[in-house]
Amino acid sequence: MQTTANAPRPGGSVWTDPKARAWLFQILAVIAVVALGWFLFDNTQTNLEKRGITSGFSFLNNSAGFGIAQHLIDYDESNSYGRVFVVGLLNTLLVSVIGIVLATLLGFLLGVARLSPNWLISKLATVYIEIFRNIPPLLQIFFWYFAVMLSLPGPRQSMGVGETFFLNSRGLYMPAPSPGDNFGLFAGAVIVAIIGVMLLSRWSKARFEATGRLFPVSLGAIPLLIGLPGLAILLGGNPLQWSMPALTGFNFTGGWVLIPELMALTLALTIYTAAFIAENVRSGIQAVNHGQTEAARSLGLPAGKTLRLVIIPQALRVIIPPLTSQYLNLAKNSSLAAGIGYPDMVSLFAGTVLNQTGQAIEVIAITMSVYLAISISISMLMNWYNKRIALIER
Amino acid sequence: MPEAIKQTSAEPMILMEGVHKWYGQFHVLKDINLSVQQGERIVLCGPSGSGKSTAIRCLNRLEEHQQGRIIIDGTELTHDLKHIEAVRREVGMVFQHFNLFPHLTVLQNCTLAPMWVRKMPKREAEEVAMHYLERVRIPEQAHKYPGQLSGGQQQRVAIARALCMKPKIMLFDEPTSALDPEMVKEVLDTMVGLAEDGMTMLCVTHEMGFARTVANRVIFLDKGEIVEENEPEAFFTNPQNERTQLFLSQIIH
Amino acid sequence: MQIHTFKPDLPPPALSVGVVGWLRANLFSSWFNTLLTLFAAYLVWLIVPPLIQWALIDADWTGTTRADCTSGGACWVFVQQRFGQFMYGFYPTELRWRVDLTLWLAVIGAAPLFIPQIPRKAFYGLVFLVVYPLVAYWLLHGGFFGLSTVSTSRWGGLMLTLVIAAVGIAGALPLGVVLALGRRSDMPAIRVICVTFIEFWRGVPLITVLFMSSVMLPLFLPEGMSFDKLMRALIGVILFQSAYIAEVVRGGLQAIPKGQYEAAAAMGLGYWRTMGLVILPQAMKLVIPGIVNTFIALFKDTSLVIIIGLFDLLNSIKQATTDPAWLGMATEGYVFAALIFWIFCFGMSRYSQHLERKLDTGHKR
Repeated sequence: MQTTANAPRPGGSVWTDPKARAWLFQILAVIAVVALGWFLFDNTQTNLEKRGITSGFSFLNNSAGFGIAQHLIDYDESNSYGRVFVVGLLNTLLVSVIGIVLATLLGFLLGVARLSPNWLISKLATVYIEIFRNIPPLLQIFFWYFAVMLSLPGPRQSMGVGETFFLNSRGLYMPAPSPGDNFGLFAGAVIVAIIGVMLLSRWSKARFEATGRLFPVSLGAIPLLIGLPGLAILLGGNPLQWSMPALTGFNFTGGWVLIPELMALTLALTIYTAAFIAENVRSGIQAVNHGQTEAARSLGLPAGKTLRLVIIPQALRVIIPPLTSQYLNLAKNSSLAAGIGYPDMVSLFAGTVLNQTGQAIEVIAITMSVYLAISISISMLMNWYNKRIALIER
Repeated sequence: MPEAIKQTSAEPMILMEGVHKWYGQFHVLKDINLSVQQGERIVLCGPSGSGKSTAIRCLNRLEEHQQGRIIIDGTELTHDLKHIEAVRREVGMVFQHFNLFPHLTVLQNCTLAPMWVRKMPKREAEEVAMHYLERVRIPEQAHKYPGQLSGGQQQRVAIARALCMKPKIMLFDEPTSALDPEMVKEVLDTMVGLAEDGMTMLCVTHEMGFARTVANRVIFLDKGEIVEENEPEAFFTNPQNERTQLFLSQIIH
Repeated sequence: MQIHTFKPDLPPPALSVGVVGWLRANLFSSWFNTLLTLFAAYLVWLIVPPLIQWALIDADWTGTTRADCTSGGACWVFVQQRFGQFMYGFYPTELRWRVDLTLWLAVIGAAPLFIPQIPRKAFYGLVFLVVYPLVAYWLLHGGFFGLSTVSTSRWGGLMLTLVIAAVGIAGALPLGVVLALGRRSDMPAIRVICVTFIEFWRGVPLITVLFMSSVMLPLFLPEGMSFDKLMRALIGVILFQSAYIAEVVRGGLQAIPKGQYEAAAAMGLGYWRTMGLVILPQAMKLVIPGIVNTFIALFKDTSLVIIIGLFDLLNSIKQATTDPAWLGMATEGYVFAALIFWIFCFGMSRYSQHLERKLDTGHKR
């Protein structure tokens, strides 16, 4: 009979057994990936040979031979490419950290402002957010750099605050501290004061739990933090020596300077990222059910404590994951520095060093690995954090 | 109104005089007058949108009334935050959707307000909390999170949480409407126990069995007005008003 | 039986409604709120009038050279004089109709997709997606059927920005869907390959990708094979963007309830039919807002091609501001660029919000 002849036989062919098919499919995929990899690798080998480029990382020890406008560690032209990499990495981290701190402050402020019952404040925050998140960050960087920073007056016509801060087209000049004779005593006093405040807040928490009475920690902390270091200054004299910026000839010497590239980059990244953070903060707060506020208020908790004990702890769980991805974005966007020549890792390493050495593969691989390492470690941290704070449910 | 209660005690726990409220142009509460004596148990019922929830939410000023006076245990509710917080300390509230704090354990839910509002030491607050958790018969859940409990258990925790503030008045806003049928009884039993101890209670509910056994008075609201007010037996067996009759015929099958 | 007569609705007290009530509730409800209002009003007063003064009232609108800008406000003459370059780059002036025609064809061709009444949208959309790129390439690049060749090195301005964004999304979408399916696959090897691919591109900044595609791609290719600069940038953009699309699509796939897979399996559908007929049509609808948001990000990111020397809108404007005849026009130039980018991005984000609201009502579970 037809039916018996067509009945599937045990075992079957590779095509009808899902398990076997899955294996076959996976093996084919792996082979394809390996083949593609080999194809690219082989081409690269041939191309490199033909162009006479020797691959390897030995170029990192060669002398760079160019100057860098901003370096957080000692650097001069005779230093190696390896040191250029470190200088660039530190500059990337510098702009990222400043940007993250400022964007967080501005973003939280704007996010809260957007939810304000005050119509004008909330509309202003909305307008800010809608304007700045819809303009490319690179364009904002260009605007601050080319249209604002570079059109500031020259050093001789600097805008100054007193005789301490000067703003001109070469950057923002400010006094730089360096440790003086009394620095040891002063630093000791600061450390003691900080330990004191920590002990105080611990004691105050214990007392609150034991007696229910709150001790305002700031009442003790402020005198401690001001008093002890103040006493150290009275006893031993000035702990810091300030080097003041001063106009000599055509430029300023002394003090610290924020180069205009750094200022433009920080401003643009802060303003851009703050718009996104504000939206995260707003949706985080809105994600907390209004019933939570009502329950807390009906228990007699005043508005401030409701916010601190009930709303913020819940909102933060919603806010923090997207907040970290905004931090990552900001760190990645700091690579736009290349557009205005701020000496970050990408513009120094993937730009100048690559041009000078021609070691494209090594340079790009190093640059990408740094970003990958940052991304992966942050997302691992995030997964761990999310597991830890997830609301426990059935 | 039952004459006996009116004569025995002088000052009412809750007094609403000519209370009006609007949502925008919409007139939600129209000239509500209500006086509740200590120990009285009132059930508010009415069709949805009749303003019954709004009415009891005005009593601890989760909603603001725009005309008339509301006096709770001698304190008038005005814009003054001091008065509002004083009233909220004395008035406990239980919500339809429990509104437990999901980031805190059951015990922490119960001790939060006593510690931060009543300035109670932690140990004492926890003792009080355990006392009330035992009273609602779930002391063994104290260290779990709200999300790990069933709806009925969550609502009992919410009742315990409100009781931990040792309120003089308890407000219930449809406490059983969000529960599965088999969990309604455990919550109602808790409320009956509370009533037997002499708590002043105002309860928005459609649980007519509860109203019959517990309430001193049943108040029927429709379109923002008190339409009928009577003792439960009379209210259910002999409604005076055709609106009331219609409503009762719809909810009692 | 009594019949209750309801009291008539009364108007709310004057202080709580109308202009006065609104002002009281929204601006002056407490002393703190009043303070905030005054502060905000001061901010507005500080920013808005000078801005209007500069951009509109004091601005110069007509003229041909920098000397015509005398009134001290914005010099829009600059933008007006260079407008052609900002829009078309170095595309030959007499052939610019080809760019315009391409754009019009896109608008007319895509219009039916946005009209709800048109039937068989999926089929039409597919045909459009296949035919249009060929026509667009022929019109823009030319070189056959009687149109002269315009090499991509002459492309620029807003036109190049749109080309990169459009090709980027068109290339990234299919690749992203495949990657998303791979990431959700039961086969571990496939999953690992897809996850690695996605996480790699999501972990690095686009600028390093562009560097890579411009300097490393030539090394990867066999002898004699080479791409022009634009092509290399496009490859980088597509690979980069597909990873983001994949994550958006994955979100949509996860939102489809398990019951849908089970129902499809119960009907005897295989993997590809389940995906193609049941899951993807639902998931893609859910992820449209997410894709639009990704596209907005891509559109903003196109400005990065300046790094590898392509003349998109931003670079065209940047070049124009360094022209010695127009020095000091940086503010006008960048404000104009910002305005164009903003109109596109804001428009799209509004559209995506509108879609989200529309889809939200249909998917309440």
